[in-house]
Amino acid sequence: MATKVLAGITVEVTDEGYLTDASKWTPEIAQDIASEEGLTLTQKHMDVLNYIREKALKGETLTIRAIGKSGIVDIKGFYELFPGAPLKLASKIAGISKPTSCV
Amino acid sequence: MQKEEFPLKKVCLICAKGTIEDVYATLVMANGAVMEGIETKVFFTFFGLDAITKKQIKKIHTATVGNPALRMPGGLPFPTLLGMLPGVEAVVSAMMKRQMEKLDIPAIPEFLEMITAGGGEIYACKLAMEMFKLKKEDLVDEVKAVLTVGDFYNMCGGQGTQIIFT
Repeated sequence: MATKVLAGITVEVTDEGYLTDASKWTPEIAQDIASEEGLTLTQKHMDVLNYIREKALKGETLTIRAIGKSGIVDIKGFYELFPGAPLKLASKIAGISKPTSCV
Repeated sequence: MQKEEFPLKKVCLICAKGTIEDVYATLVMANGAVMEGIETKVFFTFFGLDAITKKQIKKIHTATVGNPALRMPGGLPFPTLLGMLPGVEAVVSAMMKRQMEKLDIPAIPEFLEMITAGGGEIYACKLAMEMFKLKKEDLVDEVKAVLTVGDFYNMCGGQGTQIIFT
């Protein structure tokens, strides 16, 4: 575990940079993590992040397939918004823990 | 001495068999790589072609005969003689697919869509196509091209690349 200053707040993060306490998340923190990853967040990004947080805080396992069926973004769009490893990247920016799903 | 690490950058998967478990092994590994941002190329050959052939894609089954790992729900061994009965293979296959659906593992056509939506590429083997008298039009739209073995190998170069035969 390590601490990190994001958007002026000191938060605890894992070695890989995921927030340990999702309740400490703010949209400003999201913006800060995103810039570290070379992304500028748009409203579309925020819509996806809010959806992901809502699901994760309910304890549901997130999958790319479910996000593709959310009605917010399709799978191709999700990869475009969060390039590379979208589920991990979006989870990190959304302040939730590292995804554990294989699909 | 510091050990040098080379991250995995590209995977080339080969699927040569056409049962549910063989096809899904390939698709799950391929989709998993795409999800990690790893460049992914999948080569379907021999009976594996069924998984990308329009006519067969919805008829992929598991073997209920000659499959010692197959068990009844509850864990008892699945009798080979039962597996021979007409319809049993279809029922067992449908059960497997239902179990997978519960884990959010999609059916094969949707899985191929997911892989290509994420930038993965699907290829078919030219030699096997000729053997089974298949044309490019017989294959699903996700197939990017029909390749010779040499063409496929030429795509699989570079440091951090692995070829996986499932």
